[in-house]
Amino acid sequence: MHELKFDPEICKSCTSCDCIMKCQYIDLESDQAKSEHAKLVAGEDSSILHDCVTCYACEEYCPFGNHPFYLIVERQEQRGVHPAPKPLEESQVIMMGPKGRIKPKELSPPVMNMCFFTVMNGGIRGSLFEGVSKFGGSDVFCNLMFLHFARNSTIRQRLPLMIENIMKNFLEPAGAKELICYHDECYGTYTSWAPAFGIDVPFKPVHLFDFIYNRLVELKENIKPLGIKVAYQRPCSNRLCPQTDHFVDDIFSLIGAERPKREFEYENALCCGGVPEAQQRFELTEEIQHKNVEDMKASGAAYCVFNCPFCFWTLSEPVLKAGLIPIMMSDLCLMALGE
Amino acid sequence: MDKITERLAEIVGKDYVSTSAEERFIYSRDQGVQQPHMPDYVVLPDNARQVQEIIHLANNDSIPVVPMGGGLVLSGLTIPLAGGIVLDMKRMNRILEVNESSHYAVVEAGTSQGMLDAYLKKHHPRLKHSLPDAPPAATIAGNIAIHGSGHLSQSEGGFHSEMVTGLEVVLGSGEMVKLGSCSTVPGWFSRAPLPDLAGLFLGWNGTTGVITKVGIKLFPRPRFHDVLIYMTEDIDIAPDILFRIIETEVAEDINYALSPKPDYLNGFQMIVINLVANTEIELNMKKKIIRDALYDYYKTKESGFMPLPPAMKGDFLEAPQKALSKFADVKKGGGFEYVGAIMPVEKIPDACREGVRITDRYGITYSLGARIIGRGHSAMFFFAYPFNRADTQDIEKVSHALEDTNAAALKLGGIPWKTEVSGQKLILEQMEPQTSSLMMKIKSLLDPNGIMNPGNWEVK
Repeated sequence: MHELKFDPEICKSCTSCDCIMKCQYIDLESDQAKSEHAKLVAGEDSSILHDCVTCYACEEYCPFGNHPFYLIVERQEQRGVHPAPKPLEESQVIMMGPKGRIKPKELSPPVMNMCFFTVMNGGIRGSLFEGVSKFGGSDVFCNLMFLHFARNSTIRQRLPLMIENIMKNFLEPAGAKELICYHDECYGTYTSWAPAFGIDVPFKPVHLFDFIYNRLVELKENIKPLGIKVAYQRPCSNRLCPQTDHFVDDIFSLIGAERPKREFEYENALCCGGVPEAQQRFELTEEIQHKNVEDMKASGAAYCVFNCPFCFWTLSEPVLKAGLIPIMMSDLCLMALGE
Repeated sequence: MDKITERLAEIVGKDYVSTSAEERFIYSRDQGVQQPHMPDYVVLPDNARQVQEIIHLANNDSIPVVPMGGGLVLSGLTIPLAGGIVLDMKRMNRILEVNESSHYAVVEAGTSQGMLDAYLKKHHPRLKHSLPDAPPAATIAGNIAIHGSGHLSQSEGGFHSEMVTGLEVVLGSGEMVKLGSCSTVPGWFSRAPLPDLAGLFLGWNGTTGVITKVGIKLFPRPRFHDVLIYMTEDIDIAPDILFRIIETEVAEDINYALSPKPDYLNGFQMIVINLVANTEIELNMKKKIIRDALYDYYKTKESGFMPLPPAMKGDFLEAPQKALSKFADVKKGGGFEYVGAIMPVEKIPDACREGVRITDRYGITYSLGARIIGRGHSAMFFFAYPFNRADTQDIEKVSHALEDTNAAALKLGGIPWKTEVSGQKLILEQMEPQTSSLMMKIKSLLDPNGIMNPGNWEVK
């Protein structure tokens, strides 16, 4: 059920092998990259399965949309490759699993799914989110994080139930057709992973930054331009929806923030380091974080803005130590609104 | 007011002696499952001289005396099994001296862990003492008297009783003595090189005398602090993992935990490693040393370090650790009991299995764990069982589990710690007769009328 829509013929005819050649963590010559990738496609053991940091970026690099990252995860799972320690993986499977504890709640559009981050409920406030109804928790959780644990099977198994829970318990009773995704991992799930695995999504997912941008347009008169340089920590899940990245620039132009030129930005963005740490690659984690934060500092940024709460928790301390202020995008916008 | 009450009131002041049923009720029990027993008098002395006068009075009238600190021992050691006086030491809570150069503090016996910690943070921020994972109301003297341990027990010399630099004690016979360097010179800096008599009051459950002052070691308080958590499903590799961490000599505190709650940790063992340093470079180096020490394990992905973003480290960075206190109320109803057993580190896997077997037998929940003591010379293994005090069946089940656990700890090669009277009897039965005989001789010498906490450490 729900097989990955992957076409091996596309890879055979691909000459650039961008999925591997552009990878910032796997360092292979062109011939090696093609050869290792061919093994991957054939279902054989490949160094890629072991070296992948699961940053999702190859989903963006592949010019054909042939889902190289989802394939890596499939093959890791098929071959029993565990990117992270097994006890950690198993406990996460239990922790993030559906609990069947949905509490009925009266909602009205616009409706937002907080994903597993209900702890961030306090950030959904002020004029920016006025009138927004929200829900969240493990019974409506996209489960896409299991891509980091070589467990497409967990997502396959849980996602249909999550979608059903969202529809029956929240969207249908609220008469809502759209769902604002607080975490772009959810947005990536509904716009990339689900279609790649043939799972229907019966609602229209809306990216949080899309919502924020449109709300800021409505509130334009209240905005006091910030006049600050802000580095953006692009999360792994945004690789599944690169078409939304322009919202960062659009929002910045509205709130008077400058996205300074950086080496590790856009397609070259670096991971926050949380996942390599879970993979027990401690030196790599330090190296990535150091390069990333130094790059932010060199750009002259005073703030580092986050999209993903997990990135925020992981990178806040190094960012602060470098003299930058870590902040979630919603809080940055509230700042511009004087709230 | 009877004559004894009048005399006690003359000694401590009428506000500090009580025979009221309400107060005696409170002092008749603790949070554990031991049967309550009413004292006849509750007395709160203000100084050592008053303690001495109370002991003289008790000797004259053959009244039992039970010294009490925070009253948080859980195993009934401050329940007055033969009635008499509960001597609540909490008024004697003065911090008398802190020596920054020789790293010790002298405190009165009622000084709580929280008071000393707060005092040091405010007045001597470069120093700290070893904090047990007990509520802050636990006293310094009570904790050293039961051979307690805390967050510096792994790295800084073992049990808190080993951190004692001197004592002032009123013997059961009523004499007041000083032990350690303070007996000979003004400073309370050391028990050596004199004959070490402090041991006559450590681990005796108040049966030899009343501790009135304590000299306790202090240690540097480094600026940087971090925590690593290692996770495994394999009970049998725990001793080797612990050994490898201990061997690095960089961990301040090492704790091991196994609990069925929360669900996502059921079956997973967590080894919590606390690190301190004076600089960030030193801290990072220590983390690397610990990680390198476990490389052979984590490279297999069968076990590994939990990623712990700074914001999620929270309670793990605190001393005392809150996890067990939070767990204590998991059943609601305010009951909590545990068997601590001092045992060799290699016995941890067997102790875990036994703990799970016992709780399965009685259908109760548990938290099992251990703190490494003195760089691996032993471990304080705890079998913790929360219960609902309003549920008599629950209390009964936990009581049976406690008895089984005491027996199991001894069978495993450990010794129940600060154990209740039934556990003390099990220990004495297994003890070399010459040793228990010596204990009784010492008790008779120091407490000739047998007034001190009767029922405890008794050979029948």
